[in-house]
Amino acid sequence: MTDETNNQGIPEPEGASDIIKTDYDIGQDNIETQVGPFPVDIHNPVFVISALSVILFVIYALVAPTHAGNFFSGVDASAVEGCEPGAFCDIGLRAFLTSTFDWFFLMAANVFVLFCLLLVVTPMGSVRLGGADAKPDYGYIGWFAMLFAAGMGIGLMFFGVLEPAYYFGTPWGDEPLGVVRPFAEDGTLIEANVQEARRMALAATSYHWALHPWAIYAVVALSLALFSYNKGLPLSIRSAFYPILGDRVWGWWGHAIDTLAVFATLFGLATSLGLGAQQANAGLEFVYGIPNNITVQVILIIGITAIALVSVLRGLDGGVKVLSEINMVIAIVLLLFVLFAAGATAILGEFVSGIGAYFQEVIPLSNPFGREDDGYREGWTAFYWAWWISWSPFVGMFIARVSRGRTVREFIICVLIIPSLVCVFWMAVFGGAAINDMIANPDASAVKANVIDSYAPELSLFAMLDSLPLTSITSTIGIVLVIVFFVTSSDSGSLVIDTITAGGKVDAPVPQRVFWCTFEGLVAIALLIGGGLTSLQAMVISTGLPFTLVLLLMCYAIWKGLVAERQSH
Amino acid sequence: MFKRIMVPVDLAHAERLEKALGVAEDLAQHYGATVVYVGVAAATPSSVAHTPAEFAAKLTAFAKARAAQSDVTAEAHAMTSHDPSTDLDPTLLKAVGETGADLVIMASHIPNITDYVWPSNGGTIAGHAKVSVMVVRA
Repeated sequence: MTDETNNQGIPEPEGASDIIKTDYDIGQDNIETQVGPFPVDIHNPVFVISALSVILFVIYALVAPTHAGNFFSGVDASAVEGCEPGAFCDIGLRAFLTSTFDWFFLMAANVFVLFCLLLVVTPMGSVRLGGADAKPDYGYIGWFAMLFAAGMGIGLMFFGVLEPAYYFGTPWGDEPLGVVRPFAEDGTLIEANVQEARRMALAATSYHWALHPWAIYAVVALSLALFSYNKGLPLSIRSAFYPILGDRVWGWWGHAIDTLAVFATLFGLATSLGLGAQQANAGLEFVYGIPNNITVQVILIIGITAIALVSVLRGLDGGVKVLSEINMVIAIVLLLFVLFAAGATAILGEFVSGIGAYFQEVIPLSNPFGREDDGYREGWTAFYWAWWISWSPFVGMFIARVSRGRTVREFIICVLIIPSLVCVFWMAVFGGAAINDMIANPDASAVKANVIDSYAPELSLFAMLDSLPLTSITSTIGIVLVIVFFVTSSDSGSLVIDTITAGGKVDAPVPQRVFWCTFEGLVAIALLIGGGLTSLQAMVISTGLPFTLVLLLMCYAIWKGLVAERQSH
Repeated sequence: MFKRIMVPVDLAHAERLEKALGVAEDLAQHYGATVVYVGVAAATPSSVAHTPAEFAAKLTAFAKARAAQSDVTAEAHAMTSHDPSTDLDPTLLKAVGETGADLVIMASHIPNITDYVWPSNGGTIAGHAKVSVMVVRA
């Protein structure tokens, strides 16, 4: 009687996969106990070291804000004796890394894109994540909504107007590939240069938001999904290193890797949450005249954290997925509004020529050598690459969590190609509308006033919406969208941190994710009040350099893993 | 009286369930019912199994061992869940329908302060299942 109904509740046998035999049992290093009334199940020592080191760094940033700020973000060289402009003491660790290693970041990102495209066209693309017969956990819409909301949503809100408008009119010498300027010194339009400046602005923006960032996420996500679903290793960053480090990943090597990932994720989220609250507050002031001060920002952080808490308590399907889908619908509404309000025909033309311009310029833009546009290449491109890479453990792990059942080819197409098209489209719409506004009326354009004439990046989106009809409604939608995108990053981030600090277990007690979600909000509030958001964010982005090496190793591990997977069939 | 008794089991902590398992098997003998052991796991590797298929096989082995030990007929019914920490209740309620159980017997901890925020699984199942539910305190 026992053998006939052994797996009715499960989608059919999972088919052949190449399980890695290891002596490690998932959860063997965990401590399962009761703290007061709360059950806990945490990885020792990753949980403890992560939590303690986060607290220590917050204290460091609060007690020695100048030291932290100087080290990571630099000081004003003119104010300090013996500090030359452009030296380490002037620019800080982050800018030092992105200006010294710009070639390394650019070349590595190119490798990731080529590697992903290679997987699509080779037979490796047919390997299915979760075993040959696994069925996808999520439909396309829910899956796509989640990977987009976690990975990039908030950036699109912040940079969608800012970046194209900035490249179009920048007077600070960081024109992409040294393109011509459309504005003369006195602010008048130079008609002859407009077309070229506009084309390059869209190409240069798309370059930062299309194939390269998504390839970075895809590499991390693919390696985690492969080593977890097909090889049976715990869903944790350390598992991707098994082919390189072997059983050492279960010891201190692995602890260090996982702790670093938790650290980057938690600080990345907390600092963006703090900076995001400042941006949302600036928007609220611009639109409604709500005072711009710490109290309002703390209330915003508490509100965002509270919604994120409800979401993590409702879980992956009932919370994170639902919010991501709501988010996608609101974003589409806003996108369509801007598209039609700013002139659909012209903008669609912009999209088509934007794709053309992207393909024309992507090779010159991604070549790090023999260029003179240091401001763009080091200040923007290398900065972005370091930033995406420092976020990749979090976004990659979240994408892996929801991508079981897809083939590698399907995975890459959906994580690389489709989001790239969406991003290019978004930039064409928001950036196109903003550039139109700057061209149509250079003197009265709010975009030009807030991006070029004085630099107030957090207002760029609202300035563009100001030039279109129904401003108060669309700005409100914009603020809601910013807030909900933060919630979706915060809840998915808490799930990821909880899983890593529980040794790869996804069924750890719920109070633990409540802890991480709350902790993240508290860190954001502490840094907001005490100062240090910018310097700690600079620190997180600095982790992009070691992680770049890690990602290159991951490509090798993925290839090895896929070859073994195909041989097992 | 009862034909199919569903018993949710956590294979990672089977030792804590001894009392509930014993009650279920005694009642099954008494009524000549079949015991259906239900396990819920995520698709990600866990401390119990590396894949859903391996999990189902382990649950089947568990059912076989219990059946042999207590001389009842037993079945295993494995369920996957995207997020077992939060989806356990709805998944178990679904399992009641899928297994055709007419009685659920499940272990539950002694309630404490956290039950005001996170109700116990046993309490939730008893509150929502359409069949009889017997909650056995640890």
